[in-house]
Amino acid sequence: MKNILKYTFAVLAVGFVSCEPEFDSPVTDDGFYSSGTANLSKYVSVGNSLTAGYADGALYITGQENSYPNIMAEQFMFTGGGEFMQPLMNDNIGGLLLGGTQIAENRFVLAVDANGNPGPVRLEGTPTTDISNKLSGSFNNMGVPGAKSFHLVAPGYGNVAGVPTGSANPYFARFASSENATVVGDAAAQNPTFFSLWIGNNDILSYATSGGAGVDQTGNFDPSTYGGNDITDPNVFASVYSQQVDALTASGAKGVLVNIPEVTSIPYFTTVPTNAIPLDAATAAQLNAQFAAYNTQILPGLAAMGVITPEEAALRMINFSAGQNFPIMTDDDLTDLTTILQGAPFSLPPQLAALLGQLRQVKSDDLIVLTASSVLGTTPDPNNPQGVIGVSIPLTDQYVLAVSEQARITAASTAYNATIQALAGAKGLAFVDAKAALARVANGGVVYDGGVLTSQFVTGGAFSLDGVHPTPRGYAYTANLIIQAINDTYDATIPTVHIGNYATITVTNN
Amino acid sequence: MKKVLLLAVFALASAVTYAGGYRVSLQGNKALAMGHTGVAVVNSSESVFFNPAALVYLEDKFSISAGVHGVFSNIAYQDAETGANARTDSPVGTPLYLYASYQATDWLAFGLGVYTPYGSSVEYEDDWAGSHLLNNIDLQAIYIQPTVSFKINDKLSVGGGPIYVTGSVNFNRNLNRTLTDLDGNRANVTIDASGVSSWGWVASTMVNLTDDLHIGATYRSEIILDAEDGTAEFENIPNSPLTPFENTSIKASLPMPAEMTVGMSYDFCESWTFAFDYNRTFWDVYNSLDIDFANEAIPDSKNARNYKNSSIYRFGMQYDATKMFTLRAGYYFDESPVREGYFAPETPRNDSNNFTAGLTVNLGEHLQIDASFLYSHFKEVDASYNYYFENGVAVPFKGTYKTNVFVPGLGLTYKL
Repeated sequence: MKNILKYTFAVLAVGFVSCEPEFDSPVTDDGFYSSGTANLSKYVSVGNSLTAGYADGALYITGQENSYPNIMAEQFMFTGGGEFMQPLMNDNIGGLLLGGTQIAENRFVLAVDANGNPGPVRLEGTPTTDISNKLSGSFNNMGVPGAKSFHLVAPGYGNVAGVPTGSANPYFARFASSENATVVGDAAAQNPTFFSLWIGNNDILSYATSGGAGVDQTGNFDPSTYGGNDITDPNVFASVYSQQVDALTASGAKGVLVNIPEVTSIPYFTTVPTNAIPLDAATAAQLNAQFAAYNTQILPGLAAMGVITPEEAALRMINFSAGQNFPIMTDDDLTDLTTILQGAPFSLPPQLAALLGQLRQVKSDDLIVLTASSVLGTTPDPNNPQGVIGVSIPLTDQYVLAVSEQARITAASTAYNATIQALAGAKGLAFVDAKAALARVANGGVVYDGGVLTSQFVTGGAFSLDGVHPTPRGYAYTANLIIQAINDTYDATIPTVHIGNYATITVTNN
Repeated sequence: MKKVLLLAVFALASAVTYAGGYRVSLQGNKALAMGHTGVAVVNSSESVFFNPAALVYLEDKFSISAGVHGVFSNIAYQDAETGANARTDSPVGTPLYLYASYQATDWLAFGLGVYTPYGSSVEYEDDWAGSHLLNNIDLQAIYIQPTVSFKINDKLSVGGGPIYVTGSVNFNRNLNRTLTDLDGNRANVTIDASGVSSWGWVASTMVNLTDDLHIGATYRSEIILDAEDGTAEFENIPNSPLTPFENTSIKASLPMPAEMTVGMSYDFCESWTFAFDYNRTFWDVYNSLDIDFANEAIPDSKNARNYKNSSIYRFGMQYDATKMFTLRAGYYFDESPVREGYFAPETPRNDSNNFTAGLTVNLGEHLQIDASFLYSHFKEVDASYNYYFENGVAVPFKGTYKTNVFVPGLGLTYKL
């Protein structure tokens, strides 16, 4: 009897397990979603850190898994998309080794300090990704952190021997097909049926994050002479960008081009307020007294002498008041007065002359970078409590993106974006206005199922702890934008994702 | 900022779900084969459950019935907006029953029943789209019911008795939609409570209008299982004071709602019986499931359920075909207690049409084999659960569900 029962149930079990409930039209059926006129079977993404899934100041596995190309590729699976290979890192620590020596820092995590205050800190631990360990095979995700537009067509950019000198990229060195390979060459060699290209961000971003420390190379058509923090000439950009689009479309692939957002949309430039220095009335009065001669005699005198314009004289006035104040800074774009001030009629001592040489107060339309938060208001010399950065010691230029510097960035990015949009139109490619989309996040935010996505540092949900790169949720938002553009352009119905299902910052204490 | 973050993380914890009252109407192979009717049927010791008052009219001095059902339940989920889809891989449920009755005198009978009217076993793939509501659940409640039945006269009898319930629940869900440890493993919690017991009662009556026409009524009381020393075990929690989820004990109340049944049976053409039962299940007791974590740092979890009272309409036929075989068939319509907007994946039950059949094989005078089969048909339904919150914002979990249930059953009856 017992056996009969057992066998009866075994037979029934086999029968009923196969009786799965079936939907009238299952999402997993071919044809439920459509890729329209696009063929998504072989998707290759080309770009920089944003494409790689870089976040929290590092590249690490879970970040890569949430890269926008990977999110898109998962959705492409519903419409004929194939496997999507990424050059995954070795760990979730981030950071890179070269021959055992660490050459890139670990990721940030949000840690709570002894006083109970949360803040970004570098995750402790030794990275295990050594770039001298070459990955085999080709990778659909050709996002290379740090790459500028012209790097994608530069032979040798993946040559590990060039990494120490800066002529090659440590991330590309891991998976470049050969020492002389180019990023775009390796991408095109995979014969993609569909591609995405998002490049040009670093052509302005490194200038911006360095507080305008680089040079605007507009007019210089030789990128091999550029420094790391320079702005790329728009003609150079246009030239290499169209080469890349040509290479990627050579075998008839369709694709999507993404433009360059404004740097003012990202928390790296919007988190530290310009008037970050609190002063009481007595201190403000004392400081004003110290700058009285500078404001009322030296500056008008210089203007009268024609050394500086009256406008520059006005810009250089220093004035404090009770409450929140703008820090003092050195601005490389001001006339350098160091030598003049040491001569007659001012005859200032060299140290004071140097202090005043390119001094002004930060203005409300300047941008102070995120990293300034750890120096503003500090006293670097413990024996001199009067030496406060921003009050008596100027904030150095690398911490401030001045209005004049912002204008150079805007001019360059506007030109890049014109190129991108024009090429998308000419080639019949999908176009994503990431600039407008990110501006929406920064100005009021974007409503999703669970809140509002904003660019507020740490809490806004869109940006990771480096203040520049998106969180997984930010990348999911990006993926949706691109999918929508593909759907519109190619008459497709690729499903989007719920961005609330994607994580934001990572909390952990070391 | 810390406060904001704390709130953000805490709010995520406030959506612990628990099985909705999952009524498992599998309290006897004979009755199930007739659409789970039985309140007015005098047939076997299954009456211990269906109507204790009927026991006194059983012809046998002693009768014992035992059986098991195999519950093959499948749930499919999909969301056309994102393409997310999932299927349950639930273990086969095997609810058991055992009934015994003893005719002490002409007017007095005793009975004992052990059965499992509430239970649930649902297993989704870990980290599926609705994993913040449920990954898996296993709920069991075993009712033990001694019963006495009095015949007042040939037309009227009453019966009833106390019910001792012992239950257990184990479920796992992710803490929210996104929290992970450093390596991306989803933070989740397993709630476990076992050996939770409580008492209730059952009372019933039977009226024999004629020899062939019977009506019956049974009321089974509400029983609330108060888990006092359950455990909450957290996994993949980041090492941070912002996520203070440590293993702790929990308190929770699990309601087993009251059920009223009235019905009739009619014997005709010598070998035929028709039965009709109407069940009213008082689900409104299941208003909210609240979990009280002993660790003060972990906010209590409140989960709206807001079930409504629901009805089931049952129809059954029995035909004594030969001396050896008795054939049965039935149908019932089962109204879902789940209101619109409260459709949670642990009990994705919309209204169902249920078809039953079965037979009894008489092996001599004393022994019977009872077999039954139930197929529950649920229409494909677009539904959502709108009471999961993140940071104070409701995040509906919606999609299309399609469920089916197959339940073969086998039992034995021995009588003297």
